Amino acid sequence: MATTTYPTAHITPKPSTDGGEDQFLEVSMGPQHPSTHGVFRMNVVLDGERVVKLKPVFGYLHRNHEKIAENESYLGSMPYTDRLDYLCSITNNWAYALAVEKLAGIQVPERAEYLRVITGELTRLQNHACLIGFLMQDMGASGTPLMYAFREREKILDLFESLTGARMMCNYMRFGGCRVDASADWLQQAQKVMEAFPRFLDEYERLLTENEILMARTQGVGVLPRELAVNAGITGPMLRASGINYDIRKVDKYGIYDRFAFKVPLGEHGDVYDRYMIRVLEMRESIRILQQAMREISPGPIQDPKTKIRGFRPKAGEAYGRIESPKGELGFYLISDGSPNPYRYRVRPPSLINLTVLEEMCLGQNVADVVITLGSIDIVLGEVDR
Amino acid sequence: MNLETIKSEIEASVSGCRLEIIPNASPSEQHSLLVDAARAVAVARFLRDAAHLRFDFCSNVTGVDWPSKEISEKIKVKKILDGVEQEVEETRKTQSLGYLEAVYHLYSVEKKHGPFVLRLRTEDRENRAHLPSLTPVWRSAEFQEREIFDLFGIHFDGHPDLRRILMWDEFEDHPMRRDYVEPNDYEYEPTAHDEVLQKAKQHQNGVGC
Repeated sequence: MATTTYPTAHITPKPSTDGGEDQFLEVSMGPQHPSTHGVFRMNVVLDGERVVKLKPVFGYLHRNHEKIAENESYLGSMPYTDRLDYLCSITNNWAYALAVEKLAGIQVPERAEYLRVITGELTRLQNHACLIGFLMQDMGASGTPLMYAFREREKILDLFESLTGARMMCNYMRFGGCRVDASADWLQQAQKVMEAFPRFLDEYERLLTENEILMARTQGVGVLPRELAVNAGITGPMLRASGINYDIRKVDKYGIYDRFAFKVPLGEHGDVYDRYMIRVLEMRESIRILQQAMREISPGPIQDPKTKIRGFRPKAGEAYGRIESPKGELGFYLISDGSPNPYRYRVRPPSLINLTVLEEMCLGQNVADVVITLGSIDIVLGEVDR
Repeated sequence: MNLETIKSEIEASVSGCRLEIIPNASPSEQHSLLVDAARAVAVARFLRDAAHLRFDFCSNVTGVDWPSKEISEKIKVKKILDGVEQEVEETRKTQSLGYLEAVYHLYSVEKKHGPFVLRLRTEDRENRAHLPSLTPVWRSAEFQEREIFDLFGIHFDGHPDLRRILMWDEFEDHPMRRDYVEPNDYEYEPTAHDEVLQKAKQHQNGVGC
């Protein structure tokens, strides 16, 4: 009988031997790992269970979005922005439209601004709900919280589908307005979804907020100090969880955000639990904004008639426009040379810049906490890698 | 927040610094300040620490490629034609020197103002494409300067960890430059488009495209 020889496989990584008594273990976490939220890798050096060094590695989804956009007309990049942060296509559209409107000095009609706020805040609701679901999944709460979040998200995606024709790749905004108007029926339906949402939040919070396991796993884990957060350019819920009051909806008052009364929730400790809590509270504030917007929206045009969308050629110049996307500050920097396509097109991705401090937050923690610290940053690799 | 006053304040506190205001013609009116690379770190520290400015948040860092351009201008030259001195118009072509630019958008979290646009320019696009890194001043520039190094090829002196970030380490060129040519080294999947078929044919025949 012929003997079969198998190639030797090293299933467990070997410890490096050059460290003398302190033997460190180098582990490559990812890129195909469910906790990395896509194709993302971390080179982790471990001393037992403790993280000594951590270097994020990405670029697996890089397609040079910026170069493609520079060879494309201004409008042609609009559907492509959907693919950056594919959970929040509408806010991506909004940031790009806002930058172009700054570049060319375009005014947006009032109804379009209301539609932007309504769809934008619905996007925030579903993003935060899903992020919490993913975070719980990372923590080992398999299924239930994530499926609850997906159930609610599906209701919002149904709204997007009936409004824009697509669940996720909405391609909804245009320079100086929105692509299609919302019917009275749609607004009524949106009202129903919005009114049902607080009940889901209450249910979700009963399940999670005072959950012993959740508190034990997240409190005091992945702490981000205030000074570092500002210096490292962290934005969005992560910055506010560290206790810094900086919400671009309040600071820049872009669109019509100055008309709504809402609060900016702030954290105290800057740990993973605070980041969870901030998102829950932000969802409640988003519902407040939605209530006001639904009440105040009035009929009118949804597109600035003076803006030529096809064959759009802004005058030479440059502009940087930014919005508070669910993940943080999403900005677009455009340089025009007067031709139909941008000379320079740059996306400021909040997911990428929020990763800057991943190592600092993980040093000295257990390797299991790396997973939830990463989960609490809220990254989407389509945006990190572009 | 007037750019002119900030400029004179910087001149007063950072000695020997050449500054220039680059106007922006678009309605956004985000004019920028071009800072001499040699004193850039000192200027950045001043902008971050001055009590009334406090630009503590460096939001966006990006590169822009300005390749050398051919400028043709018409000049009048005196020439002797058929024994008579005449004034003839000639076009003279000159090459402007190309450069790479790093653009920083600064905001203040404390004072809630901004953006302040800071620009740095390299001397040329090849051997002297060096700029001082502002990562020691604003940590948020770390990944973004790495990205500029990767995609544009600006070397940031003083950067703690200057490696490629989006492209793989063995990659050689800088894909965001305007004159970047795609390498002829990948597999084509011929589809029904003439352009793709032609490219595939060239690839199979070993002719560079």
